[in-house]
Parts: sequence; C-alpha cells; structure tokens
Amino acid sequence: MSTEAVPPAAFDLDRPWCLDERVAVRPEPFGALLYHFGTRRLSFLKDPRMLTVVRALAEHPSARSACESAGVTGPALQAYQGALATLARSEMIKERAVP
Amino acid sequence: MTAVLPLAEQFQRGLTAPICLTWELTYACNLSCVHCLSSSGRRDPRELSTAQCQALIDELARMQVFYVNIGGGEPTVRADFWELVDYAVARRVGVKFSTNGVKITPEVARRLAGSDYVDVQISLDGATEQVNDAVRGAGSYRTAMRAMGALAAAGFRGFKMSVVVTRQNAGQLDQFEALAREHGAQLRLTRLRPAGRGADVWHALHPTAGQQRALHDWLLARGDSVLTGDSFFHLAGFGQAPPGLNMCGAGRVVCLIDPVGDVYACPFAIHDSFRAGNVRHDGGFARVWRESALFATLREPQPGGPCTSCSAFDGCQGGCMAAKFFTGLPLDGPDPECALGHGEAALARATGGAPPPRPSVDHSRRRGPVPVTIGRRPPQSAGALT
Repeated sequence: MSTEAVPPAAFDLDRPWCLDERVAVRPEPFGALLYHFGTRRLSFLKDPRMLTVVRALAEHPSARSACESAGVTGPALQAYQGALATLARSEMIKERAVP
Repeated sequence: MTAVLPLAEQFQRGLTAPICLTWELTYACNLSCVHCLSSSGRRDPRELSTAQCQALIDELARMQVFYVNIGGGEPTVRADFWELVDYAVARRVGVKFSTNGVKITPEVARRLAGSDYVDVQISLDGATEQVNDAVRGAGSYRTAMRAMGALAAAGFRGFKMSVVVTRQNAGQLDQFEALAREHGAQLRLTRLRPAGRGADVWHALHPTAGQQRALHDWLLARGDSVLTGDSFFHLAGFGQAPPGLNMCGAGRVVCLIDPVGDVYACPFAIHDSFRAGNVRHDGGFARVWRESALFATLREPQPGGPCTSCSAFDGCQGGCMAAKFFTGLPLDGPDPECALGHGEAALARATGGAPPPRPSVDHSRRRGPVPVTIGRRPPQSAGALT
C-alpha cells in the first residue's frame, strides 16, 4: 500500500493526465480505493473531492483545470497537487499524450 | 485536504466491499499440512458448483472486489479451476491463488506469466527440505521448488513465496529471502495461527518470544519489500509497528468464503461464532457483507479490556481475535503471543479452565501421512502435545 508523501512540486499541474487503464476505482464513504492490476498495489483517496478530481483528469487539458472543475482552487490546490504527485509516483495516474 | 479520520479508523467502520477477500474453493488437498488453517483434506460434497462459483464471481464484479485470494485445500485440484480463473479475469476480478505447486507445470507457468490479473503464491514452510517436509509432508519441498522453477523460467516476475513463520523456520529468514530472490519472487511471511489443525500443533510450532523479537526487527529492517498480509501487528509492542495498516481486518476489510459458501469474518476463524452467513442465501454475498449482525458488531468499537491501559495498545490493538479464541483466551485480553509477555500469563491462567473451542469444520483425511515429530490431533483437547 502506498501512502508515503511526495513533494507537491514533483507534479506538473499544467500537463494533461489520466488514470492508468489498469487501475480500478471503487468509491467508499471516505473517498475511494484504487487498485492497480499491473503493480498489484492499493491506494486510497482520502476525500470524496479527490475522487471527483481523479475522474475528471481525462476530460481536462490539464490537472489544474480538472481541480478547478471540482472546486479546488487557491491554497487548497497544493494539498491536491501533493496527492496527485503520490498517485503519479505509484503509477495510478499517468501523463497522456497531448492531442 | 479536509480533516478525516485516519484510514485505519475509517476501515474499522467497514467498506462497501472487502479489500482482502479469501475464497477457499475446495477442502480437497493432496497434502495434509499439520498446521492447515482450514483442516483440509477431503472434498465436501456440498462445495459450490461451477455455476454457483460463476454466479459468485459475477457478484464480486458488481461489488468491485478488485481481486480474490483463492485458496483451499489445494484449489488447483478442482477440475474447473482454470475455467474459474479465466471467468474471473474476464470480468476484471483479479485472482491471486495459493498453491503448493502441484499443478504448476512449465506450460501452466507460461500461461500465468502472461496475465496482469493473475498472481500466484507458492506455499513453503521451510527453506530446506527437512524443515519444510516435517510440516507440509514428504515431497512437498520438491513440488514447491519445481513450481517456482517453472514460474521463474516462464518469466513470471514477482510471484509470491509464502511462508508461515514457525519455531523451526524462524532462523531461516535470510535463506527464504535468498530463495525468493533467486526465483524473481517476492517473499511473504505470515503468522502461524492456532486455527484448524494449527490448533493442535500451535504450542509446538509457534515462535519463541526471542524469535518473535528477532522477526520484528528483521521485518522493520526490510520495510515493505517483504509482504506480511498485515499479520504481525501483535508484535508492535516490541517497539515499532511493522509496515501495513496494523489492524484486525476481520469483517471490516477482510473475510473468508469457504468451499460450501459459508462466510466467516476471517480465514483464521472457521468457527460458528464467526460465521456471518452463506452466499447461497437470499441477497448473496453482498447482503452478508453489508448486513450481517456479526459484521456490524465487529465494525463497532471493540472493548479492549485490560489491554487498553497498556503502553503498547495503540500499536497492537490487543492482537489477533482468532489466536485468542482458539487458545481459550478472552477476546478482550492479550494475544497469546503478546510482545510484552502478557499472553503467557493469560495462557497459564486459562489452563485448567474450559478447553479451548474446537474448529467447527474438519475435512482432514482420516488416514494421512503422520509426521514423525508432531502428533495428529487428539480427539478432544487442543494443544495436548508432548
């Protein structure tokens, strides 16, 4: 299980991102559980709004825009950037090619 | 991020579906391991049919159970085993199955190596033939080695080599680690529980206090490179909690479905007291998971009894419910292997009282191989080893 923190700056909010296709997402009362079939690792989204962000990633030109669509702006953004950095490092989300 | 309860506390309250679901497909087994958690040996005529297994897999897919840990008995001896694996994978329910390796031929290994959705766990309880076969039976070491060799040759990276830590193999941890590395496998260590036939041999096989401390230190030095299935949280009292959630997951994140469809709180608690329902009844597995009275009780805060005043309680949480139950200890007291030694005192107090509960289900073969140094189950009392 991957819960270690990654510095927020390690994640580029202005790139386009999406969930890895080998990841399954299960909503839970506290947020969601993620499971990666390739790495066989679990991760947790500790906040329902983070689930909204993760699901929005693929439809937005940047992670920043996905966060904004979920109402994440201003000082709150840094915490979400940190959580996205952790997900990226554990390969749960990946950069997608710019169309 | 909004302030939320720590994950372990969230998990105590239960999830929409289990994270770690063990499904024992059959009680049939070609081996007769002395410590078998499920007292396996002979097939039960009431075991779920292929169609019933497929219906259960459909339900697990609807519940978004990410993967099932399939065990037994020896699951691969079921004639429909590979068909069921394919059925689950096609519905994006991953499968990790535990096997003694008997059916892992080079051809099977090549097939398994090709799937992200199938993981294999080879059971091995000694790093040497002598130590392993004393517990798992003659020839079982060679069978496991042949299977691991086949998986390695097929390029299956990261399959699991699963070891139950005993008094006899606790000194072989480095050898296990080397064996796993040689085969491109990941080492998994789990705790010996006094469940099933394990209740009969627990007193002779469970690690000594000194071995437990050494194990604790060894695990901490390895971090998460060695898997433990979260089974050593009772050792937190030695200093630091090992990596993992460190909580009893029974009925909260974990449960067991047995070969006849009975649902138990965990794989180490096959007893009527921990049976929550049956997947064949109305509402199926989802209803048992979400509505059983037993699971609702387990998801409530548990009374910690005398342990709550102990400095180690935050880490160990009083230890393993099943280990206490099958050694005759109260559930709100210390674990029999309490790091601070309170278990030994509790066991001494329990001796002479009512005998510990017996497992409710026994499919042991009546005439199995009898290891030389470890006796078979005595008819009534547990732990009466000489």
